Amino acid sequence: MMSDGVEDEEKWLTAGIAGLQQNAFYMHRALDSNNIKDALKYSAQMLSELRTSRLSPHKYYELYMRAFDELRKLEIFFKEESKRSCSIIELYELVQHAGNILPRLYLLCTVGSVYIRSKEAPAKDILKDLVEMCRGIQHPLRGLFLRSYLSQVSRDKLPDIGSEYEGDENTVMDAVEFVLQNFTEMNKLWVRMQHQGPAREKEKREKERNELRDLVGKNLHVLSQIEGIDLELYRDTVLPRILEQVVNCKDDLAQYYLMDCIIQVFPDEYHLQTLETLLGACPQLQPSVDIKTVLSGLMERLSNYAASSIEVLPEFVQVEAFAKLNNAIGQVIEAQPDMPVFGAVTLYSSLLTFTLHVHPDRLDYVDQILGACVSKIAGKGKLEGKATKQIVALLSAPLEKYNDIDTALKLSNYPLVMEYLDDSTNKVMSNVIIQSIMKNKTHISTAEKVGALFELIKGLIKDLDGDDNDEMDEEDFKEEQNSVARLIQMLYNSDPEEMLKIICMVKKHIMSGGPKRLPFTIPPLIYNALKLVRRVQSQDENGSEDETSSATPKKIFQMLNQTIEVLSMVPVPDLALRLYLECAEAANDCDLEPVAYEFFTQAYILYEEEISDSKAQVTALYLIIGTLQRMHTFGVENRDTLTHKATGYSAKLLKKPDQCRAVYACSHLFWVDDQDGIKDGERVLLCLKRALRIANAAQQMANVTKGSGGSVMLFIEILNKYLYFFEKGNTQISVASIQGLIELVTSEMQSDSRSTSDPAADAFFASTIRYIQSQKDKGGATGEKFEAIKV
Amino acid sequence: MVLVLAIGDLHIPHRAPDLPAKFKSMLVPGKIQHIICTGNLCIKEVHDYLKSLCPSLHITRGEYDEDARYPETKTLTIGQFKLGLCHGHQVVPWGDLDSLAMLQRQLDVDILVSGHTHQFKAYKHEAGVVINPGSATGAYSSITYDVNPSFVLMDIDGLRVVVYVYELIDGEVKVDKIDFKKTSTATI
Repeated sequence: MMSDGVEDEEKWLTAGIAGLQQNAFYMHRALDSNNIKDALKYSAQMLSELRTSRLSPHKYYELYMRAFDELRKLEIFFKEESKRSCSIIELYELVQHAGNILPRLYLLCTVGSVYIRSKEAPAKDILKDLVEMCRGIQHPLRGLFLRSYLSQVSRDKLPDIGSEYEGDENTVMDAVEFVLQNFTEMNKLWVRMQHQGPAREKEKREKERNELRDLVGKNLHVLSQIEGIDLELYRDTVLPRILEQVVNCKDDLAQYYLMDCIIQVFPDEYHLQTLETLLGACPQLQPSVDIKTVLSGLMERLSNYAASSIEVLPEFVQVEAFAKLNNAIGQVIEAQPDMPVFGAVTLYSSLLTFTLHVHPDRLDYVDQILGACVSKIAGKGKLEGKATKQIVALLSAPLEKYNDIDTALKLSNYPLVMEYLDDSTNKVMSNVIIQSIMKNKTHISTAEKVGALFELIKGLIKDLDGDDNDEMDEEDFKEEQNSVARLIQMLYNSDPEEMLKIICMVKKHIMSGGPKRLPFTIPPLIYNALKLVRRVQSQDENGSEDETSSATPKKIFQMLNQTIEVLSMVPVPDLALRLYLECAEAANDCDLEPVAYEFFTQAYILYEEEISDSKAQVTALYLIIGTLQRMHTFGVENRDTLTHKATGYSAKLLKKPDQCRAVYACSHLFWVDDQDGIKDGERVLLCLKRALRIANAAQQMANVTKGSGGSVMLFIEILNKYLYFFEKGNTQISVASIQGLIELVTSEMQSDSRSTSDPAADAFFASTIRYIQSQKDKGGATGEKFEAIKV
Repeated sequence: MVLVLAIGDLHIPHRAPDLPAKFKSMLVPGKIQHIICTGNLCIKEVHDYLKSLCPSLHITRGEYDEDARYPETKTLTIGQFKLGLCHGHQVVPWGDLDSLAMLQRQLDVDILVSGHTHQFKAYKHEAGVVINPGSATGAYSSITYDVNPSFVLMDIDGLRVVVYVYELIDGEVKVDKIDFKKTSTATI
């Protein structure tokens, strides 16, 4: 009969509905004419349609709902009738004459509900009678719906506290007994359903059975709404009875659903106070039950409860919730050896969330959970994607809670869990850690912690073994390495000794990063060290130098020199040159002439040997000249060597205008305002004259190649330099030479050879002339000086 | 009235992890009409951040900028003012006012904004103004000791510009105001 197709089922349903409607029609007619006997007869016939075995639960439900609607009308009639002619007790007797058991019981339940309402007999007796009589139906589907009907019509008539049906001998215990009994019977029917029919249709049957689960669960709902169930009653009677049924039914579908149902319908504080009982049932469930979801649901509820109010927290401590949950998880994992890693990690993750909510101060609990997790994933090889995701959640939770990697670093099992992540997940997690540090501005303040941290995020720091070298997107790589650089900038300790240790620790880790990472990671390290130099240097000035100290500028510079050398070999000469120059100036500030000279030498070597791009040369040269100009530690000899070289480089640049500009910039190497020793007017003039010669050559070249002069601009620039030194009091700069330059520029600008006008040069010259005029107008010594220049 | 943010020498991530949080909360999109940045951002993320504050973003190249496309100098006109922008490492001696004045004459601008020294400066010089917004992150500098994070907002209105300097000193933002009026010159 089960093999009949869907079409047939549809036919039967239609037939069933037709039969039902026809009898309902006659029933209504009988009701209208107050003919009780006929009414009962037709209603029994109508209900006979529910005796079918041909419908699937879904279709049966449809039929049931139609019958249900009709029964409501009948109930109203009974109610009115009992007030008029026929007593309710008579009615209760009368309906029992129905020939078939199923219609009889439906009618009995309907009258029973009116009977309770009439209070002519104690509610508890009627309820007991009804729930017992329903045993008459042992067919699972029919029985389930019948009992569901009983539950539906009786739920507002239970002798609950505050209910009108309570009192005298009717107590809440009776209500509980009634619902529990109905629940137990329904669950038995539900479980038994799986054994009905051929084995090959088991899957389909289980699906159908799952659709019926809410009929059973409804009873738990009713229980949860009985006001009279206080904690004591729940703990001593209700929960143990439910669990007994759950465990004994040995059916995984029922067990999973009902456990979840218990957790969802009863209040949090009851769960907390009965944790042991509830958890005690878990290991007794069938091994195939998805217990992790059930327990996670429980822990999530408890976490939310803990988060709801600080006042409930002592309750958790009092009942030792953590120990109990931890214990239960351990037992479940042990009892279900086939549980996938994902399941176990999910459990630990939920427990961790719970712990962070309830016991934020108990780091040892957190570490314990991580430790348990380690032992579960150890030896499992590569983890599946779902499990990895859970582990990331597990590891992120403490960071979010404590806003502080410092705390996570105290957890000895934290790095052990990280060990089990694959490379890409390790990177994801490392980024989470760095983001957390950045967001919370956590200062990692000891070398030991820095070491632990870098060990933790080593996925970003170096290529891990077994890296399949999948080419990472360049943008992503940059972003990732830049975040490491930011992290390095976050490291700080006010004690120079410890800071130096931190720097060395970072150096140790990043040096293994390979040529791709070093250009990102070395510069922030260098600047950390330079900041430290400045700190210890100011301490030295205060005369508090400690001979035994290792954090001396000299030692730091040695470290810097080695580190930049690594960078120059990567090779990234441009970056290395800049860093050498920064170090040179820092050494200058510490009055360490040989050190500064060494840094300059290294920068020069890079300039000569490694930097070949002409544009890069120009920038590098300006940096060399700019830095050298500021150096005051050099003796005459060293300074001469370096300035001579710099001027030489300037004259050797590729483009004439670049040469010209670099050479006139070099003039500043011989004239430093705040250094009396360096005011060599003659050599300034030599530079400017040389620049002028180059400008001339540039112009001639332009004439030949382009047929027009182009470099008036350079002449105006040189004129401005003349004015600059003239104003500074360089006696080598004569009024005549300035006058000569002004005339040169004027005639150049008027000359016919300029085929195109150059508004930029015009404006520059005009503003230069205005400048001379404004200097004249100033009066005083300056005014007098400039007065000699004719414009 | 036009608001122009002048900012530079952030040196992220070489010398500083990020902009100070206080500055970040002050700099919100939609308030500023132009950003002029002297350079040394140094990375794309910072560029993108500035761009998110205001799409009209003008940048010159600092010696540490990874983006080689930034020009060495740039001029733009805002209202009645002509502005010049240059990082400043090309102007020797570094931070020297008279040398910057020469660049100002060369670019023929009313306001020259340059950086590199990490020290906030605003001078009325000759017929114009020379401004250095300092380092927005208070980055280490071999030129300046004890750098405080700073940036500059310019409120340009007709022939008048009000320069607001925001400086972060011991965790507190200090604001200074400097007023400049352009005497209408016969420039150009």
